[in-house]
Amino acid sequence: MQVFPFVVVAWILGVGLYGIVTSRHLVHLIVCLIIVQSSTYVLLLGVGYVTGAVAPYFFDVPVHTPAVDPVVQALALTDVVVEAAVTALLLALAVQAHKRFGTLDPNELVQLRG
Amino acid sequence: MTARQRLWAFLTGMAGLAAFYLWGLAGLPGFGAYPGPYGDIINRIALAQTNATGVVSAVNFDYRGFDTVGEEFILFAAATGVATVLRHLRGERERAARDEALGVNAPPTSEAVRMTALILAGPVLVLGWFLASHAQTSPSGGFQGGVVLATAFILVYLAGQFLALRRISPVDITDAVEAVGAGGFAAVGIAAVGMGLAYLTNFLPLGTIPGAVSSSGTIALISFFVGLEVGAAFILIVSELLEQTLLLREESR
Repeated sequence: MQVFPFVVVAWILGVGLYGIVTSRHLVHLIVCLIIVQSSTYVLLLGVGYVTGAVAPYFFDVPVHTPAVDPVVQALALTDVVVEAAVTALLLALAVQAHKRFGTLDPNELVQLRG
Repeated sequence: MTARQRLWAFLTGMAGLAAFYLWGLAGLPGFGAYPGPYGDIINRIALAQTNATGVVSAVNFDYRGFDTVGEEFILFAAATGVATVLRHLRGERERAARDEALGVNAPPTSEAVRMTALILAGPVLVLGWFLASHAQTSPSGGFQGGVVLATAFILVYLAGQFLALRRISPVDITDAVEAVGAGGFAAVGIAAVGMGLAYLTNFLPLGTIPGAVSSSGTIALISFFVGLEVGAAFILIVSELLEQTLLLREESR
């Protein structure tokens, strides 16, 4: 069984989580969250892959050509949209946090709130 | 909690996560040995049922259309949320005046960047329109096309200045376009209900040539509305964030 794609998923998830835990800057933290979410794209596309199959587009190939699972690809698209929405909101909150507290270091934000 | 303690807590959690991940991995079919059946079934029937050669779009805008309504409204809510979080607060001017970055004058945009952005803006607009209107034929669709459309407007900001972006995409019009895009998708579904069909049933004629732009009924229409919504939402989000640094700085100078 070929496990390389699932190792890549674990690696992306791991470095992203490590980045979040050790982050010293809110924007860096948000980027790390994007990386964590990127691991789900690789996982979704990985589980839907069929060896030797084409993309699920039958514009210039006959309908019965083996193709990869289009359902997980559609889910990956949803994933990207949700990520964009979450990132936009978090960046807006980071702007407000900087205005309110004058810092973007999560550790100092904790101290300020007591 | 010190950084060291936090790291240990994180490593403990990661050990647990790794155990569960390996356990789950053991139950998965091997990479490339997709067991089906849903993907295979949809690949076989989508073209005959919808006349769309792009099965991913057929899934997104037809089979899974109801989910995609929710997905689109997530983005709608996010754009509204960004505008709400970044609204002008009372005393904003004073707070902005204390901003440490205020004394720093950004260097002017280089001629190379301005020229490249100017040259790209037109073709990018066409590309975005192409993507948003070809969901049913090729790997594209309203979501991808909308983002590229928004990029064309943001290139105008790169080429000129923020006020030029505001002039070509005034907030009122962008808001209206976003509302039309979001409401249009929902309205297509309700139109189907009005005809006695289930919500978001593909009720338009499917066309005769599979893979033609005019084929696939509501898939193309919904993709168009999604393109409007996504493009407008991204222009709003980016210009809200730009406004925070540029206009507030402007006022306090």
